[in-house]
Amino acid sequence: MAYIFQQALNALQLGSIYALIALGYTMVYGILTMINFAHGDLFMVGAFFCFLLAVYFHLSFVPTLLLSMLGVACLGVIIERLAYKPLRNAPRVSAIITALGVGLFLENFTLALSPYPKHIPQLLENTTWAIGALSISSLQILIIVLSLVLMLILDFVVQRTKAGMAMRAISWDKTIVPLMGVPVNKIISLTFAIGTGLGGAAGVMYGLAYPVIDPYMGIMVGWKAFICAVVGGIGNIRGAMIGGFILGGVEILVAAFLPSTYRDVVAFTLLLILLIVRPYGILGKPQPQKV
Amino acid sequence: MPLLEIQKLTHRFAGLCAVSDFNFAIEPHELVGIIGPNGAGKTTVFNLITGVYRASEGSIRLGRQELVGLSPHAITKRGIARTFQNIRLFKELSVLDNVRIAHYGQIAYTPAEALLHIGRFRAEEKRITDQALDLLSIFKLDEMASEKAKNLPYGLQRRLEIARALATEPRLLLLDEPAAGMNPNEIIQLMEFIAWIRKTFSVTIILIEHQMRLVMGICERLMVLDFGATIAQGLCSEIQNNPKVLEAYLGVEVAQ
Amino acid sequence: MPKSSAAYYKMLTFWHKLTDYKYFWPVFMIAGLAFCMAASTFEFLDLYLQLILIYVGINIILTVSLNLINGYMGEFSVGHAGFMAIGAYVASLLTVHVFPPVAQNLLFPLAILAGGVGAALVGFLVAIPSFKTRGDYLAIVTLAFCMIVKSVLENIDAVGGPRGLLGMEKLTTLPWVFFWTALSVWVIRNLVYSNFGRGVLSIREDEIASDLMSVNTRQVKIIAFVVSSFFAGIAGGLFAHALQFINPRMFDILKSTDILIMVYLGGIASIGGSIIGAIIYTILLEILRPLGVWRMVLMPLMLVLLMIYRPRGIMGMKEIRMFLPLRDLVTEKLWRRKKKETTDASA
Repeated sequence: MAYIFQQALNALQLGSIYALIALGYTMVYGILTMINFAHGDLFMVGAFFCFLLAVYFHLSFVPTLLLSMLGVACLGVIIERLAYKPLRNAPRVSAIITALGVGLFLENFTLALSPYPKHIPQLLENTTWAIGALSISSLQILIIVLSLVLMLILDFVVQRTKAGMAMRAISWDKTIVPLMGVPVNKIISLTFAIGTGLGGAAGVMYGLAYPVIDPYMGIMVGWKAFICAVVGGIGNIRGAMIGGFILGGVEILVAAFLPSTYRDVVAFTLLLILLIVRPYGILGKPQPQKV
Repeated sequence: MPLLEIQKLTHRFAGLCAVSDFNFAIEPHELVGIIGPNGAGKTTVFNLITGVYRASEGSIRLGRQELVGLSPHAITKRGIARTFQNIRLFKELSVLDNVRIAHYGQIAYTPAEALLHIGRFRAEEKRITDQALDLLSIFKLDEMASEKAKNLPYGLQRRLEIARALATEPRLLLLDEPAAGMNPNEIIQLMEFIAWIRKTFSVTIILIEHQMRLVMGICERLMVLDFGATIAQGLCSEIQNNPKVLEAYLGVEVAQ
Repeated sequence: MPKSSAAYYKMLTFWHKLTDYKYFWPVFMIAGLAFCMAASTFEFLDLYLQLILIYVGINIILTVSLNLINGYMGEFSVGHAGFMAIGAYVASLLTVHVFPPVAQNLLFPLAILAGGVGAALVGFLVAIPSFKTRGDYLAIVTLAFCMIVKSVLENIDAVGGPRGLLGMEKLTTLPWVFFWTALSVWVIRNLVYSNFGRGVLSIREDEIASDLMSVNTRQVKIIAFVVSSFFAGIAGGLFAHALQFINPRMFDILKSTDILIMVYLGGIASIGGSIIGAIIYTILLEILRPLGVWRMVLMPLMLVLLMIYRPRGIMGMKEIRMFLPLRDLVTEKLWRRKKKETTDASA
């Protein structure tokens, strides 16, 4: 029983990180119908910012987290302005390929600056409580709670604020909304800032949970988070959260019962089956065929 | 024996009845119009006939062949072709390719022959191209054969769409609002054009239209749909004065 | 038409005449094959240059075959490296474990072919979800497929698991690469300019309309996926026997990204574009090698700039004349003549 609970906790930790990254994919997709394949690498940059701030500026946890989020958000907005905005009316794949290019650039630029994996110092006093056979670390609790808080804030922003309403409107219709006086460029920038900022936060937390970071860490995690976003129904914010927790759960479950090398096989096969059964994701709605 | 016979056709979208208890038969070489206000279910009827939607209930028979449950390309191959309300050409492809694609159901070569350029491939390609060019020249589009479809002016795009539909060698042609976006002069031309197509290609035609002038001018019979139900059918002159039809189009008070 | 001098125009017409000549392709093929054979027997190209040419050929096969799905059919497949992996492993297992060492050279084409067939069978399976799933969801299906292939290979000890497979002889020679590259380009070109290929294009343009114009979309999708994955498998087999060592990590998502970049660099729905894209990308990577790690910083940057200033790639949606079938050229000539007449008449 304790074992199951322990694994559930691990699944929540991993799932909340996936969910945070998946949110960035889904928000950008919702507003621009563009897959920002550089997002996984922005997550990696977040972890490296965390390393930089903690090691060279000796900042404590909270400023590290906030500054990393801010840094990644700025980077995201700059990328959007320089690389994606000129392509807004170009064929969709051009934007996707550009995003892949930006991702490769971020990876290799980081690699050029820091050829060796880095080790993030322990920013927080990590206490472990033992409750029966169960051991809970404060870090684990922090990651889960912080992710949930961030997601709740996001949900509030998107559902209840004026800017959030503008975001939802733009994702609904891109031609009419600008005519209603919505500053589209500002809203898109804001979306990128929030989405990539969440990715940066995920990078910091990932770095704290698994302290060895390298420039290629964003690729696999990024693609997996993208899968989460799609499984939840891409463009759907709550779907992304659900997708993240599902993938986290499946991965931990598989790793608990099978050799860890089978983790990816089983996880991806399950996702494939899920997509074949529900081709538009869990919360996604099929596009009506119009004739 | 009717060419197409539809019995008790019903279709629901998530509880909403788009078409209910639709009965219809058309003899070879007839020209029948389907009219009705926006959202009456006219295009849905076309979508059901051509297999885009699968009917919830009822049967659609072409000759003796039951069509419900067949996929659209199988239905097209059996001799039903259509055009679309909003033009749906293959925009980035050439005019010629637009027509050649419609020969897909008739090609005699297998994929292996196509990949390796052996067997019937060359002769068959030549036949398709020549036929397509002939058809285009009948429609006075041959000069544009290598132009991308999206570069054609609107009227020619409509014409190309009809040509493409005829390239599938249909017995029954379904025209979905062919006069949309045309001015009165063009509509008169279109009327002659449709009559001419019927004669030249000896096809049976079902026509969806809003323009009363067009419908009354060329159709032999009319069906009137409103909210998915058939509210009237018969000769044009009967329909014109049918109170139910006036009510559906103009509202209750005017009709009274 | 770019503003060009008379000399340029003359050269272009001469080139067109040359490529329109009936025996252009056979002569070109024989000359190319002879050149490759001479280069590998007499070694007047050094081994490094030969290896680069081999990679160019393999990349052309990969790019042209992926373009069939991503360019002509308009889907976004990111799983091409997975098909490549299957081809590489099947061919390598055959040459290492099955075929007698004496007959390696003779049986090599058979091994490559088997790799292609293996990949094609899996391609058939991947085509099935494409019946109902499109766009980003299909992208995920191919992505998951690629990752599954990699993970499965890592878990099979008989093929070396994560350590990989070695023991292949260096059987991939320049003439063989030329042969397979020419074959794949020819076959895919034939497909594209047949009615099946037009069906593939019409799916990209408007799937419902194409179904209603009698195109059997399922059949077309199967053909496209099978042909595309077949040649990816061929390329994989050649790759394995050029490198003489393979492991699952070589065929991960980064490899797919590489192929994607070549496709979109060259331009979608263009065979000539794919060839140009593959050549430029492969050679540029080699030229920039002295830059070390900064090479991989520079390349994506150039890609982004290219996409911004030329979003459709070098040859997007255009084809080099020499790949067009003569029949289409004739109709186009007629069209140009008539267009000229009408403009002259109106002027």
